[in-house]
Amino acid sequence: MKQNKFKIYGKFFSINLKTQLQYKGSFVMMFFGQFLTAFSGFMMIYFLFDRFNAVKDFSINEVLLCYSVSHISFSLSEVFVRGFDAFGSTVRTGDFDRILLRPGSTIFLILCSKMDFTRLAKALNGVIIMIFAVINAGIIWDGMKIFTLVLMVLCGMALYSALFLIYAALCFYTTQGLEVMNIFTDGGREFGQYPLSVYGENVLKFLTFVVPMALFQYYPFLYLTGRVNSIVYCFLPLGTLPFMIPAYIIWRVGLKHYKSTGS
Amino acid sequence: MKKYFTFFKIRFQSTLQYRTAAWAGVATQFVWGGMRILMFMAFYEADKSRFPMEFTELSSYIWLQQAFLALFAVWTFDSEIIESITSGSVANDLLRPMDVYTMWFTKDMASRMAKALLRCVPVIAITSFLPKPYGLSLPKSFEAFLLFLITLFLGVAVLVSMGMYIYILTMKFMSAMGVRILFTNIAEFLAGSIIPLPFMPDGIRFFLEMLPFASAGNLPLRIYSGNISGNEMWFYIAVQIFWLLFLQVTGRIWLKSKMKKVVVQGG
Repeated sequence: MKQNKFKIYGKFFSINLKTQLQYKGSFVMMFFGQFLTAFSGFMMIYFLFDRFNAVKDFSINEVLLCYSVSHISFSLSEVFVRGFDAFGSTVRTGDFDRILLRPGSTIFLILCSKMDFTRLAKALNGVIIMIFAVINAGIIWDGMKIFTLVLMVLCGMALYSALFLIYAALCFYTTQGLEVMNIFTDGGREFGQYPLSVYGENVLKFLTFVVPMALFQYYPFLYLTGRVNSIVYCFLPLGTLPFMIPAYIIWRVGLKHYKSTGS
Repeated sequence: MKKYFTFFKIRFQSTLQYRTAAWAGVATQFVWGGMRILMFMAFYEADKSRFPMEFTELSSYIWLQQAFLALFAVWTFDSEIIESITSGSVANDLLRPMDVYTMWFTKDMASRMAKALLRCVPVIAITSFLPKPYGLSLPKSFEAFLLFLITLFLGVAVLVSMGMYIYILTMKFMSAMGVRILFTNIAEFLAGSIIPLPFMPDGIRFFLEMLPFASAGNLPLRIYSGNISGNEMWFYIAVQIFWLLFLQVTGRIWLKSKMKKVVVQGG
């Protein structure tokens, strides 16, 4: 059964990719546009550091490390969890009724229904800047640090996906995406461009204990830059995973409340 | 004139219907504004001498930007206009005894102003009470406040006039999604909506300030806080008026020539 699921996912993956590549001109334009959006964030950091040499003792290359982790993990989850990001329209148009009729878990089917490959442009931008930052940040890289960096990206992806799931669950009540959730999704990416301690202690506490962004973005980053030496910090990104439980519960509760819009 | 005013009124009232969405938007704007101010505070603490504005000026700039986000939201185009072009119902508009350019212009202006009106009041009211360097301060002077209102209005007009180019391009390409994304990105960047223009490196700053993008979202906010005043201010207001006239005249001529060979898709 499990292998079967992978096969189905692979099929949907190639269908989604092929559909989007049908409109080549549009795809290229969108890809370029997405790249530019992400890149302008980098330009802003560059300009600010042109004026100020450091912020809270972090150098530009260290900040760019945060920037790239934030962008790569966010945009990869945007590519694959797009079905939840755009869930408002799925509910409004009645497409969700069709999904409910199909055999299999709804979450799996929604994941299959939409993928947006133009968002890879943002991840690409992130990777380029990460390479640049990794070389210039003056960090001595060893196996453990590379492992931590990969774990940061993967767990970041997991957290953003959980946030998109909550966002989608709220659509059951409002039928329209709630702009408030943007604070955590788009906001997380935007504010995560800097080490989260920049925003002061209270924000850092909130982002550690309530929405655990600091666990994948800030604490392991302290280890990478040699500010702390304890190996515990390498595994902190895993702390974002329990966040998926409340997200899943919210989704289940929302699903029970679902009433078709009738269209 | 009266018929355009009616269009303005209809659009204005229908936009005011979306009040819940506006409240949700206000909450988001608080967090965005607040986080941005905290970030700049960290830079301010890092090196005060390199900070190009007073910190209170910066706070006012960011809060006003959030309060009037809907006015200068480059990424919102009037979906009704875009749809009328792609669906072909623009033909109806051509039959009406009125100027299409002016009609589109008033529609777009009206929905922006209505959205902003809903959102600006709570943002302004609450941020005025925040503690000293973080909150929205009073305008520099009564004169500055008046000029702020005037340039704010002119600024929206400049932005919408630039947006008119996109509508005309949509007539040309039918799907102008790519052009829109590019325009949005470039405009956001050049208008100083991510970081205020005074933070840009000195070499390119003057150049950016001369562009129409700065005339739209940047100038009024800096007049309010007194960051720009005196002769410099009058110079930039002249630049703003120049861009408004230039964009309006060229846009009208362009649309007229496009309309002569408009192809209405059936359906």
